[in-house]
Amino acid sequence: MTDAYIFDHVRSPRGKGRPNGALHEVTPVDLAAQVLTSLRERNDLDTSKVDDVVFGCVSPVGEQGANMGRSAVLNADYDQSVPGTQLNRFCASGLEAVNCAAAQVMAGQSDLTIGGGIECMSRVPMGSDSGAMIGDPAFAYKMYFAPQGIGADLIASLEGFSRDDVDAYAVESQSRAANAWDNGYFANSVVPIHDQLGNVLLDRDEHMRPGTTAEDLGGLNPAFVQMGQQGGFDAVALQKYPQVEAINHVHTGGNSSGIVDGSVAVLIGTKEIGEAMGLKPRARIKGFSSIGTDPTIMLTGPAPSAEKVLKRCGMAVKDIDLFELNEAFASVVMLFMRRLGIDHDKINVNGGAIAMGHPLGATGAIILGTVLDELERRDEETALINLCIGGGMGTATIIERV
Amino acid sequence: MKTIEINTDSNGIMLVTIDLKDRSMNVVSPEFIAEFDQVIDQLVSDEGIRGAVVTSGKSSFVAGADLLQIVDEIDPTADPKDAFARWSVLQQLYRKLETCGKPVVAAINGTALGGGLELCLACHHRVAANNPKAKIGQPEVQVGLLPGAGGTQRLPRMIGLEAALPLLVQGTHLSPEKAAKLGIVEQLVEPGREVEVAKQWILDGGEAEQPWDKKGFKVPGGAGLMHPKAIQTQMFGVALLQKTTNHNYPAPIAIMSAVYEGSVLPIDKALKIESQYFAEILTSVEARNMVRTLFVNKGAADKLARRPQGVDKSKVTKLGVLGAGMMGAGIAFVSARAGMHVVLLDRSKDDAEKGKDYSRKLLQKRIDRGRMSADAAADMLELIQTTDDYAKLDGCEYIIEAVFEDRDIKADVTAKAEAVIPENAIFGSNTSTMPITGLAESSKRPESFIGIHFFSPVDKMPLVEVIVGEKTSDEAIARTLDYIQQLRKTPIVVNDSRGFYTSRVFGTCTREGMSMLAEGVNPALIENVAKHSGLPVGPLAVLDEVSLDLAYKIGKQARDDMGDAYVATPADSVTEKMVNELDRRGKRFGAGFYDYPADGEKRLWPGLSEHFPVAAEQPTPEEVKTRLFYVQAIDTARCLEEGVLTHPADGDIGSVFGWGFPPYTGGTLSFIETVGLEAFVAEADRLAKQYGPRFEVPEGLRAMAENGETFYGMATQGDTRSAA
Repeated sequence: MTDAYIFDHVRSPRGKGRPNGALHEVTPVDLAAQVLTSLRERNDLDTSKVDDVVFGCVSPVGEQGANMGRSAVLNADYDQSVPGTQLNRFCASGLEAVNCAAAQVMAGQSDLTIGGGIECMSRVPMGSDSGAMIGDPAFAYKMYFAPQGIGADLIASLEGFSRDDVDAYAVESQSRAANAWDNGYFANSVVPIHDQLGNVLLDRDEHMRPGTTAEDLGGLNPAFVQMGQQGGFDAVALQKYPQVEAINHVHTGGNSSGIVDGSVAVLIGTKEIGEAMGLKPRARIKGFSSIGTDPTIMLTGPAPSAEKVLKRCGMAVKDIDLFELNEAFASVVMLFMRRLGIDHDKINVNGGAIAMGHPLGATGAIILGTVLDELERRDEETALINLCIGGGMGTATIIERV
Repeated sequence: MKTIEINTDSNGIMLVTIDLKDRSMNVVSPEFIAEFDQVIDQLVSDEGIRGAVVTSGKSSFVAGADLLQIVDEIDPTADPKDAFARWSVLQQLYRKLETCGKPVVAAINGTALGGGLELCLACHHRVAANNPKAKIGQPEVQVGLLPGAGGTQRLPRMIGLEAALPLLVQGTHLSPEKAAKLGIVEQLVEPGREVEVAKQWILDGGEAEQPWDKKGFKVPGGAGLMHPKAIQTQMFGVALLQKTTNHNYPAPIAIMSAVYEGSVLPIDKALKIESQYFAEILTSVEARNMVRTLFVNKGAADKLARRPQGVDKSKVTKLGVLGAGMMGAGIAFVSARAGMHVVLLDRSKDDAEKGKDYSRKLLQKRIDRGRMSADAAADMLELIQTTDDYAKLDGCEYIIEAVFEDRDIKADVTAKAEAVIPENAIFGSNTSTMPITGLAESSKRPESFIGIHFFSPVDKMPLVEVIVGEKTSDEAIARTLDYIQQLRKTPIVVNDSRGFYTSRVFGTCTREGMSMLAEGVNPALIENVAKHSGLPVGPLAVLDEVSLDLAYKIGKQARDDMGDAYVATPADSVTEKMVNELDRRGKRFGAGFYDYPADGEKRLWPGLSEHFPVAAEQPTPEEVKTRLFYVQAIDTARCLEEGVLTHPADGDIGSVFGWGFPPYTGGTLSFIETVGLEAFVAEADRLAKQYGPRFEVPEGLRAMAENGETFYGMATQGDTRSAA
């Protein structure tokens, strides 16, 4: 098998996913093109050598429809020989795009690929693509579908995580993210996004609230009470988890991932093409795995997917220097730490989506780049990146510096 | 023709009057289907006929399918493919009607339900008599079925999914006025004018084409997930449906799916989707159970299937109620509501008035909601006379004793009442547990002494359990049933035993809940599984409601009375501990298995785990459900074998309407049949071995299983059915 190497990683800053967000005025095809353009420029890339561009996108409808991969390629003025594709593994789409781009290389079918993703959540709201899982009565009934917030609160109820526990986690995420920004830990990867006239719209993650305290968070209302109680989803979830007397709704906007706009691209290829094009390999993609878990609680896939990829790579938890698990909800990361016995100082060391936001189709590739930067800064070797996923899945990737 | 009369007027409009000769109400029977088919052929072929008006020769229009006929045909073992072929006939007939090429109008003179409303929907226009008592709706779901003659497709196409779904999924009835507001009926007219107005619509050039057969038709409000608002409606719709049905009832989700899937299709493909779901439902055991218990057997009970023959029909005009507590007050209310004079007696006039206050409160609510006029309420209150004077009982044809469950007090009031009431009055005791034969010993006329067990709250609970003592006469039974029929409640008749039928068997469920708690089963699991299995509340919550104090006293009484015959369970120690040691006596006392915070919902008492430690290994939810259901079903089978129950239908009706055993099961005995007797006995044997003798099946049931018999196989020949 051919080894797949990461040469570079570029991302946009994450803009607030609201009408007053800095990136709200940028179309998805423009945002993706600006990221691909940066990738080309900073690597002086002969794009005709790129065999494929794989983009993750979770709501591929409207202006995110009709294949964002190929659209981004064309809009970024890559050579027209570069094809593009789009995939959807819900919240892990960005990571899955990297895995698929790497898989083409590992399988010997491509030499140079790009994996990345996009989600402009302020413009194409979550759920715009509806779906049988959510709205087809027979199927939603069959799988006891419940929205992800219910699953997050159910995890907290099952594990006994209190509101204070999850808020404490969120405070730490904010403080780590602020520290990382203040010290320039993201400087190598984040490129500013411009308006049509070349003015900078955003050069820093916009969703962060540095200095957030537990008191601040304690004042927020739980976000999923109404959906759970009046909407009927608590009852649906309890039908699958009758051991819980009632769902304790602990998650709020403050301890859940932020809704944001963002895009990312990761350049991947063989050692040989790197040498030929003057690209320096930063890390090797050691392996990746996805797994399915119960769709009702939905968010318990990270631990099984991590175990699966560790086994596949012949590694153990102790062999991983840093973990990066998407902060979809505080309880998801807390459960993962508990299941795998991971110290908090080994995981999400520069904060995560609670502070900086979760542009669904991009996040997986963003956090892969974040942890790679951090491995380099610390001069450590291995990292495991993973995400919890809609429909009850987990996707995990292990990288190793070279 | 036997079911339809035809009369074509000088304008060439054919009046089709549905009038089933041998029935009090029109139903969609096979004869009707065959004859209606001929009528359509005639309508099409006779060139002199310009259109048709469909109406009814009865006071109601058409009440729906003939469930008595259907119940025998619902076959859980049948192949849905065969059911599809057999049961799409009516739907296809209605499709033939709406595509016949000539305008057809429904002149809805009265109640149009189920297949009756579906006939109207297949007409090109609907004119309804504005009769507020008429009901319009698709109630199929209430007996576990789905509208299979186009209802799931035409109704959403007429009024949109959002308005149609509640009518179809909940089976809500509408008045003609409301139906008109929703757009189900186009014209609302003075009763008696519906045919004339319907004919006029044809004369005015009414179109013979349905909107959904026209090019470019769109469902009002949109359909399918491509519609921007649809995802929210669908997502919450399915969740709330699961919340109410707990995945126990196949019909509601089948209806919702048929609507969803069909609404984006051309009508003919949409009707096929409906028929597919209909075929699945008609071969479901839940539909069989629900139609049999909720419709056929309940219908027979309401018509007094157990009434002894040879006793003249009677009517209570003056009723005496002894004791104006919660039960007495409720009995007084429902009896006055049925038009009877009621003498409500208690130790003091004040106490009796307090009982009457209950009626005042309920009536005020009705007035406030606009359901009753103040005059009518005042008239009804007039019927209730309060007193502390036994002499006022003079002239009562029926007495109901509803005093404390204390043998001496009961004996005392019995004697005092019997001193003044007429010789031929019937004396009913509303005891819920004390054997009637024993209570009758204090009566001078034990043959007129009977148990009449109401459920609380009396004005809401539909069942009355009649308990026949050793000496109770046929006349007492017959007149008690007549009285219950006056109240429009459903009676079952059982023979005397401790706790009779309902209290006895229901007690096994609550005790099983406590036994599990004692064994270390997580109490949340016990309570949730009970609810998810379709019981109205968990066993621990029920015990809190009735009070652990009472459960403890009843248990102690039973142990004392029965001696060695008492089958001990781990539950005994639980009530003992809760009452005597922990002083958590139930909701009324502010603390039981649950905490009752002043400012929030009740929550299981966290201290439970200290006194009943939760075991490391927990049973599966399925095992918890099995224990809760089997323990009740086995005891019901014992009641049948001991002669406490004389008919399986009483066991089923009593369990469903008395204590809320889940309707989808059809009741405790239908549950056994659903599992299969052989499988049931084998599972019960396992449970008995694992948990104790309370799961031992009676020998008769074992023999039935061995012989391949079933409860209803036996009962089909009996009077259960003939009276329906």
